[in-house]
Amino acid sequence: MRIALFVTCVNDAMFPDTGKATAAILRRLGHDLEFPAAQTCCGQPLVNSGYPRATVPLVERFVRTFAGYDVVVSPSASCVSMVRESYPRLAAEAGGTLEADVEALTPRVLELSQLLLDVLQVEDVGARFPHTVTYHPACHGLRMLHLGDRYQRLLRAVDGLTLLDLPRADECCGFGGTFALKNADTSSAMVASKVDAVLASAAQVLASSDNSCLVNIAGALVRRDPTVRTMHAAEILATTPADGERWRTKLPALAEGGAR
Amino acid sequence: MSPATGPVRWPGAQPFPQAAAVQLGKAEQRATLERVTHQIRAKRAAVVAERDDWEDLRRAGERIKDRTLRHLDSYLEQAEQALVRAGAIVHWAADAAQANHIVHRLVRDTGQREVVKVKSMVTAEIGLNEYLADRGITAIETDLAELIVQLGDDLPSHIVVPAIHRNRREIRDLLAERMPGTPADLGDSPAELAAQARRHLRETFLRARVAVSGANFVVAETGTLVVVESEGNGRMCLTLPERLITVVGIEKVVPTFADLEVFLQLLPRSSTGERMNPYTSLWTGVKPGDGPQQVHVVFLDNGRTRALADPVGRQALRCIRCSACLNVCPVYERTGGHAYGSVYPGPIGAILTPQLRGLGDRVDRSLPYASSLCGACFEVCPVRIDIPRVLIHLRAKVVDHERSHGSNLVERTAFRAATAGLGNRALYQVGLRVGLPLAHVVAGQDGVRDLPSVGGRWTQSRDVPQPPRQSFRAWWAEQTRGERGSGGEGLS
Repeated sequence: MRIALFVTCVNDAMFPDTGKATAAILRRLGHDLEFPAAQTCCGQPLVNSGYPRATVPLVERFVRTFAGYDVVVSPSASCVSMVRESYPRLAAEAGGTLEADVEALTPRVLELSQLLLDVLQVEDVGARFPHTVTYHPACHGLRMLHLGDRYQRLLRAVDGLTLLDLPRADECCGFGGTFALKNADTSSAMVASKVDAVLASAAQVLASSDNSCLVNIAGALVRRDPTVRTMHAAEILATTPADGERWRTKLPALAEGGAR
Repeated sequence: MSPATGPVRWPGAQPFPQAAAVQLGKAEQRATLERVTHQIRAKRAAVVAERDDWEDLRRAGERIKDRTLRHLDSYLEQAEQALVRAGAIVHWAADAAQANHIVHRLVRDTGQREVVKVKSMVTAEIGLNEYLADRGITAIETDLAELIVQLGDDLPSHIVVPAIHRNRREIRDLLAERMPGTPADLGDSPAELAAQARRHLRETFLRARVAVSGANFVVAETGTLVVVESEGNGRMCLTLPERLITVVGIEKVVPTFADLEVFLQLLPRSSTGERMNPYTSLWTGVKPGDGPQQVHVVFLDNGRTRALADPVGRQALRCIRCSACLNVCPVYERTGGHAYGSVYPGPIGAILTPQLRGLGDRVDRSLPYASSLCGACFEVCPVRIDIPRVLIHLRAKVVDHERSHGSNLVERTAFRAATAGLGNRALYQVGLRVGLPLAHVVAGQDGVRDLPSVGGRWTQSRDVPQPPRQSFRAWWAEQTRGERGSGGEGLS
């Protein structure tokens, strides 16, 4: 099984550790992955802002970059839902052979928790994280990809981790891409509620499937209580008893017995 | 005073971001909205969860509405024929001005100076009360919440609960001040408030000769009109007067009587979180000696044909005005309905109003952006209107409009630059290689608390974290140097 990592532009530029964590988890499970360097951005910010035609070259780039892989994995529910939900429509509007290429590729594009649970059928990835954690199910993971409780299951299986309920968990954090800028006052009111909920959970760590939501929540949370950490769920799953958080600096060796 | 087409715009309406900022400052309103929307949300969730065929019902509702919209012309003609056969008189109005003119003439011809009204979105859409008032005719709202809005010279802020922005203490004070015959020591329990309104309205019903209503559905095969309500005031209006004038949007038609089965299950559960609403009134033309003897129906377009012409946007015409999308929307919950600037607030308003009115003014153009695209609205919509999808579609139309008018140049240029950068691997990589170390140093360990310009809208409530020194791809290239097939940072 040839697995490609689609790290997403936000993670590439701002949260490289989430990409490192994704690679670490899979390599420890014996699955090598490749990082096709021709990848850039899925185009969601463009299409959501009203520039669908400008997005088509990015769809073409994505297809060109990833068509040769059996699985494309990404630590972002939002970007994966963009690919799976919006690419077919954008490709159909663009016409030509793109539609067929997109149709062939998109079912193989998976969010990390889908790959782990649905394909690899691993719930316990061997992590240890002795902290209280609460999980924000990002909207696109919840309502577009229908991730359900996949990340909660993965987190509950982590040694030492106590998963605490997040009040009103299914409510949007107020990020919404350019919404946070175009409707900054409303967005600020929304993130304030989310911060209230995180503090009410009394967790030491807030985790999510999307760093774009986390950068929004964390930015407001740090002004209320800088002691609460925010982490992509993958970063928790990559933290092991033997190596701790060494994956942040060093890519772990590929374990024996993987799919390659 | 009414616009030539499209729903009435509230006087002095501002684009959504500015209007929202004003509403967000109203602490008492915010507390009320948060409490009430969460209550209705929970009730809806509970009664929807009772039905294991809910998804089937939603899909049935979607399909019936889509089929009707595809053949709207023939269903409307069928409805007209059935109505006429049953003794009703049918009128057609292309826009608000025509509808108001028709209704005014029908009231004036009776010599009456007063009409009672069943709560109706469509008459609010055309500004009928104001139109009649300017011509010396008083329209009395009989739905309690609508009456509260009317007494307070206020604007409705919700489709089903128009006074949702008022708490019961405010309502008590309003009745005491503005409703004739209200005792000064009236309490503020819902039962006491409703009893006072009942005393006040009963007399009005008994003297009314003309009523104006909307309709939730019009059955094409039978010409039956349907009003769904909670209080029974509608039943009074629909049965006591001699002349009944019903204004109805052309998209409200359903093909057969049997189709009501689907919608009368979907609507109350989605709307008020009830298995069944207390009053469902159906009438088919005129029955001699029973109810109104002069039944008029005014079919209204008012921008609906324009919306119907858009293959993506037309799904908004499936809407049955249940308000589930308002109640679940995190934006609506905080801003309330007034921020949307017209009669249709919330997510459905954000896609309906710009389609009915067109994108000619900046208030309408701001509405498709009044959403974080969280998708909660689509999830609860009983007729499966993919509101986020339509919002994005309308944003593209806004951008096209701006392009053709040469406006919003800064944003369009920024997006053109972003497109170029993201579409070109060399540019993208150079950006990361040069930009990140720089941003890392500039931001510093504590990140940024105060950005200039547009960035200030982010930092008004949020810090910006310190960017990493190195991109993922650069780190990966270092780690996998010498490994086979692992990509890297080279240009290929």
